[in-house]
Amino acid sequence: MNWNSWQEFLAMGGYGFYVWGSYGVTLVLIVIELAALAARGKAIERRSSRRQIN
Amino acid sequence: MVSVNRFSWFKYASPASFYPIAGKLLPWFATSAAVLTVIGLYIGLFVAPTDAQQGEAYRIIFIHVPAAWMSMFIYVVMAGYAALSLGFNARLSAMMASALAPTGALFTFIALWTGSLWGKPTWGTWWVWDARLTSELILLFLYIGFMALQAAIDDPRRADRAGGLLLLVGVVNIPIIYFSVQWWNTLHQGASVSLTAAPTMARTMLWGMLVMAIAFWMYSIAIALGRVRCIILEREAGREWLSEAEAATP
Repeated sequence: MNWNSWQEFLAMGGYGFYVWGSYGVTLVLIVIELAALAARGKAIERRSSRRQIN
Repeated sequence: MVSVNRFSWFKYASPASFYPIAGKLLPWFATSAAVLTVIGLYIGLFVAPTDAQQGEAYRIIFIHVPAAWMSMFIYVVMAGYAALSLGFNARLSAMMASALAPTGALFTFIALWTGSLWGKPTWGTWWVWDARLTSELILLFLYIGFMALQAAIDDPRRADRAGGLLLLVGVVNIPIIYFSVQWWNTLHQGASVSLTAAPTMARTMLWGMLVMAIAFWMYSIAIALGRVRCIILEREAGREWLSEAEAATP
């Protein structure tokens, strides 16, 4: 184990901004991509249920 | 003698039969992606030792290198689908190319972003116009150009052909990215992993990177399958098989 405390882990030896900036933005972008795909599926569902009613 | 039960690939190459297959495969790839990400991050953040030269800043490698690999690999796969689609007029191949594009662009952006955040503490600059960085930026423009071109053409078959041509022309950029660190003087370090030379980094670092690469790979497959299902529904709306499927499910 490399870390003695959470503070040490978050500090990343002084490079916290760079390391967490990389991991954080990656996570946010992946969440956005998943949400966009879910929204696209929902929109298709709405359109197809409208078609069936008409 | 001709084999009677010859396996027909073409049977599975139609959107109608691929739609349910993609739905069945998706959860497996999504689950592997999640599990491998947890393992990869654990190795990368907790097991792998501190780098002797770069300290903890090097831990960006566990995102940067797998994302950069995926950015190139997805492009090559898209170009392969484009070739199939142009050569055999295969609709599903063109749909797969479109389904992969946003994820390829995402990984290209992540490679550039993390590279910039890594460059600042190690090289002292966010960005340089050298061969590796510039050709990777061109890759991002190729992805964006492909998506913009497809979005600009109303007829999907014409959009596929135009997009496919762009993908095939742009594929020359891939060897330029890959070999740029050998062909030109650049700030960027050489290849992290070589098949011919002994690994130069600690074994756990290498493992963390490989596990993350496979995790990104599984993620890309899962999200491409999900997106191709949306594209199939959007493009095939009104066709007979879909109307039947819709009528069958309440």
